[in-house]
Amino acid sequence: MTETTETTERPAEQAPGVARSLPKYTGRLRGGELGALPVVVGLVLIGIVFQSLNENFLTPQNLTNLALQSAAIGTISVGIVLVLLLGEIDLSVGWVSGLTGAVLAVLNVQQGWPAPLAIGAAIVGGAVIGCLQGVIFAKVGVPAFVVTLAGFIGWQGLQLRILGETGTINFSFTSFVAELSLKKLPPALGWVLVAAIVLVYLGASLAGRRRRAAAGLPESGVLGPAIRAAALAAALVAVVSVFNAVEFNPGIPVIVLIFVAFVVVFDLVLRKTRYGRMIFAVGGNAEAARRAGINVVMVRISVFTLAGTMAAAGGVLFASRLFAVNQNSGGSDTLLMAIAAVVIGGTSLFGGRGSAYSALLGTLVIGAITSGMLLLSVGSDVRFMVTAAVLLTAVVIDSLSHRGRRSSARGG
Amino acid sequence: MPAVRHGKAGETVTGTPVLALRGVSKRYGAVQALSDVALSVSPGEVVALVGDNGAGKSTLIKVIAGVGPADEGEIRWEDRTVQISRPHDAQTLGIATVYQDLALCDNLDVVGNLYLGRERTRGGVIDEIAMERRTRELLEQLSVRMPNVRNPVAALSGGQRQTVAIARSLLGEPKVVMLDEPTAALGVQQTAQVLDLIKRLKSQGLGVIVISHNLADVFEVADRIVVLRLGRNAGEFERTATTREEVVAAITGAGTVNGNGNGQGER
Repeated sequence: MTETTETTERPAEQAPGVARSLPKYTGRLRGGELGALPVVVGLVLIGIVFQSLNENFLTPQNLTNLALQSAAIGTISVGIVLVLLLGEIDLSVGWVSGLTGAVLAVLNVQQGWPAPLAIGAAIVGGAVIGCLQGVIFAKVGVPAFVVTLAGFIGWQGLQLRILGETGTINFSFTSFVAELSLKKLPPALGWVLVAAIVLVYLGASLAGRRRRAAAGLPESGVLGPAIRAAALAAALVAVVSVFNAVEFNPGIPVIVLIFVAFVVVFDLVLRKTRYGRMIFAVGGNAEAARRAGINVVMVRISVFTLAGTMAAAGGVLFASRLFAVNQNSGGSDTLLMAIAAVVIGGTSLFGGRGSAYSALLGTLVIGAITSGMLLLSVGSDVRFMVTAAVLLTAVVIDSLSHRGRRSSARGG
Repeated sequence: MPAVRHGKAGETVTGTPVLALRGVSKRYGAVQALSDVALSVSPGEVVALVGDNGAGKSTLIKVIAGVGPADEGEIRWEDRTVQISRPHDAQTLGIATVYQDLALCDNLDVVGNLYLGRERTRGGVIDEIAMERRTRELLEQLSVRMPNVRNPVAALSGGQRQTVAIARSLLGEPKVVMLDEPTAALGVQQTAQVLDLIKRLKSQGLGVIVISHNLADVFEVADRIVVLRLGRNAGEFERTATTREEVVAAITGAGTVNGNGNGQGER
């Protein structure tokens, strides 16, 4: 009777009653894991509301634009997920993306470097910046907030310096960098990709079940994995149908593919590797992690390095999407949107809880709201206020869940 | 066996101690935290370390765990003299320590906490299945009920959290386990669970050192009670041959030759 399977209900006295039908989910709720459900529900609601207000919202063209616009900022958000998992913050990523975009533009357009080399240099530059900030934070002990605030100002200055007097560098429409955001995967290849992903997922979860069974561990019935695989297949088919239904130049946009690939890879790293586990451990209880022999300083430095790297990758995608880098690239609301997206997506500001997928989901929420309001010709004034309200809601939910978590743990 | 006061620890123990300390002294600046302290524990024995606040209990635990090595004194492990100068030394010998704060990551599940910092991998990927199997084995071996080893430990009760911390200390297959106030802040039932667990550790042949303020708990599980007072040994009692009053008297210094407290031993 001590063996309690994954699907078995926990002691009934603890069920809060609201969602008795979802015992596993409420168990995780009490543990402080909100999961992706609220965000997905939110996305569906956003879709319904805007579609009823403007019938162009759910058209393939608009949804594809939405995805294209989300890719760059979402890529920056992936790095923010890691930083928030540590319970830290990186305020510099916006301008780091702008600065690295400027480096790319100067090297590629002005110095005539081949584009892949220039992109590589820009990304290495982002990594070096992130590493530098990480060292100052983790080794010297300056709060990350302050280190990256200095970066926020300083990297903007360096960007202005690098761009020089003209202030704007354009990429020609036929350049490699510009092509990047115009390229689409051939529609047929998109379907092949969907089939491959679903098969790999199904194969992996069945193999996992078999290993659990062989090890004599309780397994969650066949139904769970089957339903999840079906849901994944349905979602992917829907998404690819939309991308392939665009009249001019159909197919999955390559930069969207790059962004999603980053999300998937970082999700696997976070959940399946010792390094990912270290990040969660440091974010959950740094002292416990240290006593368990984890090199907390190295984990922190590496995470800030990755955040800088992802900011640079986002900067490259921004440059590609705009066909240009200017003095305001990476500025205005880039930073706040990147952080807001992650929090809206369900990664906690308090560290230790979250998922790489929150970058994807949160960016979609913010992108959908922005896109919908642009369609309705709502001005920036209202748009900012609505986005702020959504962010605030997400943070309040996060804080309440954090409080519940602490009171459910042993007193103190 | 009658209570022995100020005796060398080694003389009072039946069987060969797995761990024996003699003449241990430790200074923090101007404060003499421990002076000439002796302590020993044998396999399958539960030794309770008791004393008032500032008596030096935590200092002594830190000496053994390698967190705060002694200035002088001899540490013998299975009849050979050893040096414990860092936590790693203690772990290598087979000494596991469960601190009062438990050092758990609330956001990780039971399996994740047990294997924190020493996850098993399979082709570069964390081998959750092997880890979960070993976790279940270990908990079963300890006859511990755990609702779901995949729940984050934040959702567990205080007693269950203490159990997770103790189980984690056993993963390295230690010979001596030190528990710092394992029942502080626990309810009656959870305290009983933890005390049961301590008895099982003993029955599996481990040497257990328990620090506790709670004499009821001490008399429930301990074979031998070692009293520290102002950084010195202030008495050593066989559980079956003493009374609570006697132990309290040793702790407070009432009616013992050690009652002339000279202000030393405060941390």
